[in-house]
Amino acid sequence: MPKITFIEYDGTVHTVDAEVGATVMETALKGGVTSIVAECGGSCTCSTCHVYVDEKWRDKIPPASAEEENQLDSAFDVRSNSRLSCQIKVTEELDGFTVHTPTYQGR
Amino acid sequence: MTETIKTDALIVGAGPVGLFAVFELGLLDIKAHLVDILDKVGGQCAELYPEKPIYDIPGIPYITGQGLTDALMEQVKPFKPTFHLGEMVTSLEKVGEPLFRVTTDRGKTFEAKVIVIAAGGGSFQPKRPPIQGIEPYEGKSVFYAVRQMEAFRGKRLLIVGGGDSALDWTLNLQPVAKRITLIHRRDDFRAAPDSVNKMRALVTSGGMDLSIGQVTALEGEGGQLAAAQVKDNAGAVTRIECDAMLPFFGLTMKLGPVANWGLDLQSELVPVDTAKFETNVPGIFAVGDINTYPGKLKLILSGFHEVALMSQQAHRYVFPDKKLVFQYTTSSTSLQKKLGVA
Repeated sequence: MPKITFIEYDGTVHTVDAEVGATVMETALKGGVTSIVAECGGSCTCSTCHVYVDEKWRDKIPPASAEEENQLDSAFDVRSNSRLSCQIKVTEELDGFTVHTPTYQGR
Repeated sequence: MTETIKTDALIVGAGPVGLFAVFELGLLDIKAHLVDILDKVGGQCAELYPEKPIYDIPGIPYITGQGLTDALMEQVKPFKPTFHLGEMVTSLEKVGEPLFRVTTDRGKTFEAKVIVIAAGGGSFQPKRPPIQGIEPYEGKSVFYAVRQMEAFRGKRLLIVGGGDSALDWTLNLQPVAKRITLIHRRDDFRAAPDSVNKMRALVTSGGMDLSIGQVTALEGEGGQLAAAQVKDNAGAVTRIECDAMLPFFGLTMKLGPVANWGLDLQSELVPVDTAKFETNVPGIFAVGDINTYPGKLKLILSGFHEVALMSQQAHRYVFPDKKLVFQYTTSSTSLQKKLGVA
């Protein structure tokens, strides 16, 4: 089972067992990562599951779709490694995948 | 002083559960008015996932958020509910046994025998950018909505965002404002292509400015904005002088005024009993995502069940002298008359 690491803006680290096929957002909620809100439940319509993908992992996941890029417009402090965690699917290859959470999800 | 609107039930929130409450109340002859902060019905179904599938409505294997909203509107039609959209209930006061006086942010006053809070995750409100020290400017020179275009005549405006709200207001205010600068994090816009083309033409002709970046700091005094600092994607900061800023980052759900109505709250939810779905204040009910009770699941189907039971108790308040006889829509002529099918 791949493990995903969430480093919250305040330094709290969560390493969560992830189900292959689940999203990184779902993994975060399961692991009690409170700085990921996921207001819309994973419909790519709210941008409150915004994360920064760790530099080491940026090239290991498929790029954001146009829909995800559009929704990132409603996030804050968007950077070149910004993604919506509900749009990243967990695979076996993502064991050790690491993301950082922003200070503010818009609420 | 505007006239008070009298109604049996006032439903706060016109999402799927608020809409089905109209149906269940209507079968018991209880008339309803609904207030919703959005400018359309359907709540989260219409605002967050109109095109997304829902698979767990009993008897409907697949339906979209908008599809469910449309179907519910069709279903409640016989009961002729009155909608007050784009309005937020601000205050609620108990004035009788039970009787409530309710006011909205648009200055309407209602008198209702029962209140049904079907407010979901709370009210949809504009997202506030996390710019340090933005608070004193809000409502004075930083606005999340445009109520009157004239207020911006001759002003230097910053409009922030890349969606339809940002682009529409850019185009509408461009002839009115002294100068408009549109700020967006990337040189791609999700707004309607036609608006984007018009905006780009204005930039080319010198009618406005476009700046790619994110606002990081504000300068000004006493709530009056003087300039904003914009960081581009390479990290360079520019200073743009301005008189007002309009950020459009979409909506988020906040509990909002419900917190001030004298109801018990448990982590931003309203506790209810599971026989009547009534709050700690008799005559005020809470249904759907906003309530909590042991075993609560935030499902539309749970909300539908809740409004059916809630309506039984509401009937006791609205018609204290009438006996309620349980009936089926399949076989009851009286219910079928109400539905307009008998």
